[in-house]
Amino acid sequence: MSTTATEGTTARKWLLSYPTLMLGVFFVGPFGIMLAVSFFQRVESAFYKPAFVFSNYARLFSSLFLDNLAFSLYLGMLVAVISVSVAFPFTYLLSRMRMRTQTIWLVFLLSVLSLSEVIIAFSWSILLSRTAGVSNLLVWLGLMDHPVGLAPGFTAEVLGYCYLTLPYTVLMLYPSMSRLDPELTEAARTLGASPQRAFFNVVIPAMRQPIVASLILVFVFTLGVYLIPQILGNPEHWTLSVLITDQAVYQSNVPFAAALAVFLLLTSLALILLTFVLGARERIHTAS
Amino acid sequence: MNADSHDALTLQGVSRHFGDVAAVSEVDLTVPRGKLVCFLGPSGCGKTTLLRLIAGLDMPTGGRIEFAGRDVTALPAHKRNLGMVFQSLALFPHLSVAENIAYSLRIRGQDKAAQRQRAEELLDLVRLPGVGDRHVSQLSGGQRQRVAIARALALEPELFLLDEPLSALDAKLREEMQVELKLLQQRVGVTTILVTHDQREAMTMADMVVVMRDGEVQQIGTPLEVYRDPANAFVAEFIGTSNLLQGEVVDDTSVRVDGHVLQAARLPAGAAAGTAVTVSVRPEDVHLYAGDEDGPNRLSGTVAFVRDVGQSVELYVDCGGTRITSHVQPRDKPDVHQGQTVTVELPPEACVVLKR
Repeated sequence: MSTTATEGTTARKWLLSYPTLMLGVFFVGPFGIMLAVSFFQRVESAFYKPAFVFSNYARLFSSLFLDNLAFSLYLGMLVAVISVSVAFPFTYLLSRMRMRTQTIWLVFLLSVLSLSEVIIAFSWSILLSRTAGVSNLLVWLGLMDHPVGLAPGFTAEVLGYCYLTLPYTVLMLYPSMSRLDPELTEAARTLGASPQRAFFNVVIPAMRQPIVASLILVFVFTLGVYLIPQILGNPEHWTLSVLITDQAVYQSNVPFAAALAVFLLLTSLALILLTFVLGARERIHTAS
Repeated sequence: MNADSHDALTLQGVSRHFGDVAAVSEVDLTVPRGKLVCFLGPSGCGKTTLLRLIAGLDMPTGGRIEFAGRDVTALPAHKRNLGMVFQSLALFPHLSVAENIAYSLRIRGQDKAAQRQRAEELLDLVRLPGVGDRHVSQLSGGQRQRVAIARALALEPELFLLDEPLSALDAKLREEMQVELKLLQQRVGVTTILVTHDQREAMTMADMVVVMRDGEVQQIGTPLEVYRDPANAFVAEFIGTSNLLQGEVVDDTSVRVDGHVLQAARLPAGAAAGTAVTVSVRPEDVHLYAGDEDGPNRLSGTVAFVRDVGQSVELYVDCGGTRITSHVQPRDKPDVHQGQTVTVELPPEACVVLKR
């Protein structure tokens, strides 16, 4: 009896260690290596050698990289806000449609997810170009005088980002939206609220947590995108991810790229924590 | 004719079709001011759809709806001045109890102090004082029920609508709330419509019962009228329990059931001899004697089962092809046992003859 019990405990121990193991292999390990490399010494015309120097981090505090960081964070927030603002009403209406229609839309959105960043970026660069883009169609229809090229440019870049993140946002909001009790809005209406007012008074506040979660996810997601800015944006609209790629791949400065990556990670982590702290404080405030 | 003389609610030929299916079909109804009306029927009978049409949450495909003589057929829900309690209660999860109750006042731009005062008044009314600052999730099921009722009554609505509001409560609490809600309705004096599938709930609370089936009204009457004098076999079976015997008309005063001729006090007007009818007899009206005693309106049979649950006794008797149920008080319980031959008497005044 006691042997089986011990065996059971051992088996459970192994089973429980599985998540820890996976976390170690796929997250802690690689991150540790990156962290270590960020303190290594770069060797010109070679690769790098183990060391413990702060020069990589010191280089970060130049206006070039700080401005770039600020731009990346701004772009991430802008895209997150646009994406959630567009996806939220869409998901709300979707969740009120017939089940069959909902399924068709969700399958369509999932299939959009399978498109790679490269395809999305090049398609938008063609669609927004002066020579072959949609503006030619508008000229042909007589709505515009002459075709304009939006790509490369900031608008094109934001559009590309939003196109990439929109399906994720909808799929993130959908589960909680479809669980939202439709009687909540009906109750608001019987109490005198117009449908629009009920949407702002009831649906949005009741969906607060999923909205914040989606904003954070889209924001973090945009920080890792590095092809869209290069194809759809001008160099001044390149993000930190582009610079990291540039340093690692073209300049062969892996230690500096690692330092940039660690810096970006810590900054976004700090921002997310700040969001949670502010959210918690507001909740305490409303409760009191 | 002044406005006060109007009935609170009038429905004229109200229908709601979904494609070919009529969820509600040609309903005519008049609800006098201050009364409590129950829409009663099995699930899918259209009672909730009809309530939603009255609330303006759904639009009829035909007919006319009037509140106190005003045509509101095309008016959306938020302009109708009603209070509704939903099956899920639908309390706003992001607001406190007081904010939930005062929501309709907030919509109309009343100031915070007035909102607060009204919320306190209503919490006193539903006997739940001092919980205004609590969060909805901190309340029990019965307390949430009261908050939902308070919220619906905050603006003194013309009509108070309840969609199976007590279905989420356990049996004991539900019985208590039925009485309390009825007393509250009488105190406030608001015209009320309650949707339920529970005939006991309808009997307890209603001034007037509307029995529905397949989107059509079967009978409208006071609870006792509907119980004592059902319009058809469906109503007889749905309201309470009933012995339903298939037979045919013999003459103006008697019907033949299973070879026996039964005297009946009332027959449907104009029922010719030979017309197929259903005879409904309430179990509490069935008399039962030990032994085989022949006589008018008497059938003999054997006791199939005795269910004695203390507060009442139910006896099941097999008479030829039909089973007849008799309910008696414990002190009147005849000395019979399972398998014994007995006589059941169906008094003429208890035999309600219904057209099939």
